[in-house]
Amino acid sequence: MDMSAYPLELPEGDRPMVRFMNVTKRYGNLVVLDKLNLDVTEGEMVTIIGPSGSGKTTVLRMLMTLETINGGVIYVDGKPLTHMARDGVLVAADERHLRKMRASIGMCFQHFNLFPHMTALQNCMEGPVQVLGLSRQEARERSEELLTLVGMIDKKDQHPSRLSGGQQQRVAIARALAMRPKVMLFDEVTSALDPEVIGEVTNVIRKLVSEHNLTMLMVTHQMGFARDISDRVCFFYAGKIEEQGPPDELFDNPQRERTKQFLSAVKEAD
Amino acid sequence: MSFNWRWDFTWEILPRLLLATLNTLIAAGAGYAIALVLGLILALAQRTGWRPITVAVREFVEFIRSTPLVLQIFFVFYVGPQFGIRLSPWTSGMIAIGLHYSAYLSEVYRAGIDAVPRGQWEACRALNMSTRDTYVRIVIPQALPPSIAGMGNYLVGIFKDTPMLSVIGVAELMHTANAIGSESYRFLEPFTLVGLIYLAISLPTAGLIRLFEGWVRRKLGM
Repeated sequence: MDMSAYPLELPEGDRPMVRFMNVTKRYGNLVVLDKLNLDVTEGEMVTIIGPSGSGKTTVLRMLMTLETINGGVIYVDGKPLTHMARDGVLVAADERHLRKMRASIGMCFQHFNLFPHMTALQNCMEGPVQVLGLSRQEARERSEELLTLVGMIDKKDQHPSRLSGGQQQRVAIARALAMRPKVMLFDEVTSALDPEVIGEVTNVIRKLVSEHNLTMLMVTHQMGFARDISDRVCFFYAGKIEEQGPPDELFDNPQRERTKQFLSAVKEAD
Repeated sequence: MSFNWRWDFTWEILPRLLLATLNTLIAAGAGYAIALVLGLILALAQRTGWRPITVAVREFVEFIRSTPLVLQIFFVFYVGPQFGIRLSPWTSGMIAIGLHYSAYLSEVYRAGIDAVPRGQWEACRALNMSTRDTYVRIVIPQALPPSIAGMGNYLVGIFKDTPMLSVIGVAELMHTANAIGSESYRFLEPFTLVGLIYLAISLPTAGLIRLFEGWVRRKLGM
């Protein structure tokens, strides 16, 4: 598809928070995302499930601009994410545009990726001070508020090496929220956790869903959790959305053969 | 062959050798300072992702590491003037030794930076940090502790290589001991003292570096 076919901005009235438009991602010959189309509306909680290698994590990584795009356009809040307008067509964005766009997006990772040389509080304050230019006082207040929200205020002066996986992940959620993103991405945030601490992380995410009007995209292997909190579940297969719908419909009454196979395989494993 | 150690001669030459030790320390310190800064620049230049730069720097580092230090010292001192760069033995010596060790230190830094997990870079991007902040605030502090041992080895290495500066007439320790020998026809005492002085400085330095590494790790909470 010719780049001139993509609008420079999405028109008023048709502006989902996130839109993937024919997005393709390749690693060499391997097609990870195959002309993906996906809309996420403001305040929506969308969960992505699917077998490994189906491209579900890639969706999040592309939104966070951790991966380059090989085809199509991603729009965030109506504006192209990794492209910008030049002479009336979309071209690859420069670093300045990327930084402006990245400000709307926050991400939590499977392995937390907290900064090991900083305390929990310093981890949360780093972005607000260095990137948003908040005073240390403002950043501290904001961070302490969020550490309270995730139940980690008691441990604010601990370094990550002194925290359990579940505690580290909760700090990582607070750190991401401290940047006040419009879209939050959760990439298998419970996959590296011991079973007994998964609940403390999922409870934080539940709280975010019920109390905050954040747009969220989540990749998870926890079907029960996905069912509880999602507005919509997308089943990925081979770089495409094979089937999507409200969680009850997709889990109780899947239409496609591959969805049925995947869900029954997951059920057996449970 | 007779072994006769003369204590009176030993005490007589000791002050002169200690004064020369000061020169050695200055040469090693200045050369190391150049190497520390230039090495970091070389290491970061190799990460710019801009091919002409990375290839040029890579080749430069390989070239420096594959040719002898003495040759590089001679080159700066004797060949420099042909290009209109006329430097004193001291300046030439420190530039040559600094340049030489910057190539080695750049490899130490590179290994340290490579050891920082990819997830740390990704977290920086997810927080929308600038490239500068990513390096200064996140990557370099984490690359530092594992690099200190290697950096310390080269500090001792540069110190032990300063005698090479005597070939262009820098009055460091070795040069002075040699001069004393030529004047008095006694080599036993001056060269033994040189050895002892080197030992007395190198050994504690290695220990201090280990302490420093532990201190940095604690300071960074790692």
